[in-house]
Amino acid sequence: MIRLQAEPIDPAALLAAFTAEAAGAGAIASFTGLVRAMSDGAAVTRLALEHYPGFTEPALAAIAADAEARFALGALLIVHRHGAMAPGEPIVFVAAAAAHRGDAFDAVRYAMDRLKTEAPFWKREEGPDGARWIEARAGDHESRERWG
Amino acid sequence: MKLLLFGRLGERAALPPVPAGIGDTDRLRAWLAEVDPGLLDGSVRIAVNRELVHANVPLAAEDEIALLPPMSGG
Repeated sequence: MIRLQAEPIDPAALLAAFTAEAAGAGAIASFTGLVRAMSDGAAVTRLALEHYPGFTEPALAAIAADAEARFALGALLIVHRHGAMAPGEPIVFVAAAAAHRGDAFDAVRYAMDRLKTEAPFWKREEGPDGARWIEARAGDHESRERWG
Repeated sequence: MKLLLFGRLGERAALPPVPAGIGDTDRLRAWLAEVDPGLLDGSVRIAVNRELVHANVPLAAEDEIALLPPMSGG
């Protein structure tokens, strides 16, 4: 399941609800991505994440579907935020439930590696030195390559 | 025709309305290059009705065109 929202993400509440629904799973792995206060040596005071309604959601759903096809999962949840955020705020939450830890860990990492390179977002970082648009980093592409 | 600009493209000066008679994406590209040279710098992709296009496709008046600069990922 995927969710794209402007409202703040509450990772603890999401994980609690996900765990309650994942009855019978032997393993749950989760990841929370936070807005960084520093980006490439520059201070960030605000991050704006633009999306394309009707275009971004299907792309997130495709990543979730690929993860579910690739790993033996009981459930997968991707919650992504859009709009304006401050450093320290959660920007993405991914959780996977599986019979065994390997599939749970791998599915979360796979989903994140795909999200960081392919999710249709446009990211603008604002700081004391001005604002700049960000593109996916070389390290993100290398992480993505691992999965073929 | 509705023309949407995302990311850094949204900060450029507003474009005039797309004239009638722009019947395909090749003609749209040519028109954009005239009204805003540098807008399509080679990295910008075009989506028609929320689908990326990879070749010349026909356009209709009710179509939604999006100009997409490189995405940042989530």
